[in-house]
Parts: sequence; structure tokens; C-alpha cells
Amino acid sequence: MSADRLSPLVLAADETNDRRQGTPRRGTGFLTEPFRLGTTPSSTVGPYLAIGLTWPDGPDVVAEGTPGAVWLRGRVFDGNGDLVPDGMIETWQADPDGRFAHPDDPRGAVATPGFRGVGRSHTVDGGAYAVRTLKPGRVPDGEGGLQAPHVDVSVFARGLLDRLVTRIYFADEAAANAEDAVLRSLPDDAARATLIAQPSEDGYVLDIHLQGCTAQGMDETVFFAV
Amino acid sequence: MLPRYLREPADGRTPVAYPGYRSTASRAPLRTPVDLPHRLTEVTGPVLGEDMVAAADADLTLRQGGEAQGQRIIVYGRVLDSDGRPVPHALVEIWQANAAGRYRHVVDNWPAPLDPHFDGLGRVVTDDLGRYEFTTVKPGAYPWGNHHNAWRPAHIHFSLFGQAFTQRLVTQMYFPDDPLFGQDPIFNSMPTTARHRAISRFDLERTQPNWALAFQWDIVLRGREQTPFETDDDGDVA
Repeated sequence: MSADRLSPLVLAADETNDRRQGTPRRGTGFLTEPFRLGTTPSSTVGPYLAIGLTWPDGPDVVAEGTPGAVWLRGRVFDGNGDLVPDGMIETWQADPDGRFAHPDDPRGAVATPGFRGVGRSHTVDGGAYAVRTLKPGRVPDGEGGLQAPHVDVSVFARGLLDRLVTRIYFADEAAANAEDAVLRSLPDDAARATLIAQPSEDGYVLDIHLQGCTAQGMDETVFFAV
Repeated sequence: MLPRYLREPADGRTPVAYPGYRSTASRAPLRTPVDLPHRLTEVTGPVLGEDMVAAADADLTLRQGGEAQGQRIIVYGRVLDSDGRPVPHALVEIWQANAAGRYRHVVDNWPAPLDPHFDGLGRVVTDDLGRYEFTTVKPGAYPWGNHHNAWRPAHIHFSLFGQAFTQRLVTQMYFPDDPLFGQDPIFNSMPTTARHRAISRFDLERTQPNWALAFQWDIVLRGREQTPFETDDDGDVA
């Protein structure tokens, strides 16, 4: 929204009026549009993010020893097919009942003790991330249906001027995935496959490709605008 | 009714890639992102409060039993949404170089001195009115390898969660009238209409006599979409 439209005192020049062309007109003094502040622009985390963004319990969406806990693991690659050793991912998800640890969840507070919903992992260990969590349940889609179990992911790194947003779905939820509105909105199975984690020995695994790398047959992960 | 958050037009946001910032070439996605509807997962977000911070985390000048070198400053402001509402009880994490422009980090090894009493890490939670305040030292400028004779303007990194996944913001705060702005691709990657919002304001009124200069910086996160209120039979807002 441009400043001249926001000001109630001065309006932009209007060539249809009978004053000299290009002369701004006097406004009414009343706001005619909702008042809005401009948002602060994002920037890169740079190479030194570990100084400010390290939590000792970052990967613990749930504590060690929680029954049913699984590890979400993967590696982050750039467009050359190289590992990204100085990035960070954050995860946000519902608990196994599909509830969020947040007051805006209209169905009430999260039911699983010790479940905080958020995880944070730096990729300093050879470009790999890992968070210990519980597999999320299905979540209402706001239109009477259910979404497939999913985890929202933010990716931060040197060389990214804004965070990237993606999702992790689960390969062993084929029926739910097939009716998920977000997955269905993607162009093809190859795009969907970039979001679907495969079962592993201690949980699930999904690599994130910031850029496609055709030389190595790597597809770019689907990223979302929120 | 669930809140919905504003979607910002692309020309008002920092693009994920910028040609002058070389590292973006192999890291920023090439494809246009897919619009994700704002459902429960996106309109909720991590609730991170007082248990994440200690009182000493707001003062970066007193670490390891001594005082940091450099120009002592107060950096303060409010966290608001674009409707002007304060964002209370929200975690703010910052990190920065020391007064000589050196980070306490294993990959920063340019020949400027480390300061044994400065680690560059700060954390606070905003108060009921969305206010935050740090005491720190003014970070130095430092060189980097992006192009010949490249220097980063003095800046402090800020990370904020807000109250919803859609509001997550990581950014950098700058100082007024820095002569290094013109040659810095990270500063210039911000849209021209938005750059001024990344620059703090010197505040003589909050400057403490014989103690510290003050810089004010308000941070604006995305607000909620304006939706008409639904009322029930009694006229109460549902």
C-alpha cells in the first residue's frame, strides 16, 4: 500500500479535477482504508547463526524416552548437489491427536504431556538434521475435511535471504496423502515425492534440496509461500 | 473463527535470491513457491516464553565476569503486527559481532581481536506491550569475500517467532547513516520501499547520561487478515 493512499491529509493528483495538473489534492482527514504498518523485511541468517540460535534441547520436540518417539532425519543439499553444513531447520506440528500446543487451536490444548510441537536442528553434522518427535495426527483442513499428517518446516541458511517453507508428509499414510488438498494441488507425483518421508530404522527420513541438481538427478524440493 | 494472516505482495518482501549476493546462486530455489493455504498448522506456532531466557541474557556487555570492550548501547523497541497491535510474550533472539567486527564463531577468523567478555548472544521475551530491550556494544563492520573490498555494515541479527508460523521472521537491524550501505548486497536486496524499516533510529531521549547511547527499532510482523465479525443471535461476536 503506497504512502499517498494511506495519508488522510493528502491525496494523489487527480487529472480529472479542475486544478493544475499534477497538483496533489487535499484529503478529507479520515482514513478510508485499514491502517497498516509496513512489515520489517527479512534477511539471511548468515554463517554465524549458531551463536544466537542454538538451543541445548533444540531437536527435542519430545524428551528422550517418550513412548512412541521417532527421529525425523535428513540432509540438506544445494544446487550443486553439495551438502549444506551451515543451515538450520525448524519444525512445527500437531501431536498424535492432531492438536497444537497453541492457544489458537479451537479444540483445546495439546493432550500429550511434554509435547512442545517445535524442533530446531542445525545441519553442522555433515549437512544432516534430526529432530526427535511424535508422528503427528490428522489435522482439520478448515473446510470440513482432514489433512494428511504433516510437519511444517522452515529452512534457514547463509545464501537464503528469506526462510524457505516446506512440509514433511509420511509414506506410510498413503490413503491420507491421496486425499490431502495440499499434496493434490501439486503438479505431479515427482513434486509430491519431494515432501514424503520414508520409514527408516528409527523413524523417517527425507532429504531437502534447496535447488534441483540435474547432473546428480536431484529434484528441487517443493517450497511454499505462506 | 481461526485467524488468517496477511499475504504480502512479493515486491514488498526481500527476495530469497539476489544476484549481488553470490551465495544465493546455488542455494536459493529456482522454482516459484506454491501458495500454502493458512490452515491450523500455519496460524498456530511455537509458544516460547520465559523458560527460554534468563535475566542476564538481556545484557551482552557483562559476560565471563567482566565488561565488553566497545561503545555501550541500548537497543530497544516494540514488536508489533501490521495492524499496530503489540506482540506480547514473544521470544526475541539476537546475535552480533563484537566491537571489532569479529564473531565468536569457528569459521570467523579474520584478523580482528576476540573479546573475552563478549559472546554476542542475547535473548529476551517481549513484555505485555510487546516491548524489548537489550544492552550491548555497537558491532563493528567486517570484511567478507562476496566481492572485492566487500564490508558488511554494522548490524545485529534478530530472530522472532511472533504468535503463528506465518509470522516467523529472521532479519538484521542496521544503524543510521552507515556509509557501507551502498556497497552491501544484503542491505540492497531489501526492496527500496522497505529498507528504511531495517534501520534503527538514534534516540537522545533514551540515551543514558554518562552511560550508553540508545537506538530504537520497532519490528513489524505480518498482521491478520481483516475479516468481518460474525455475530450470533444475541449480537455477541462469535
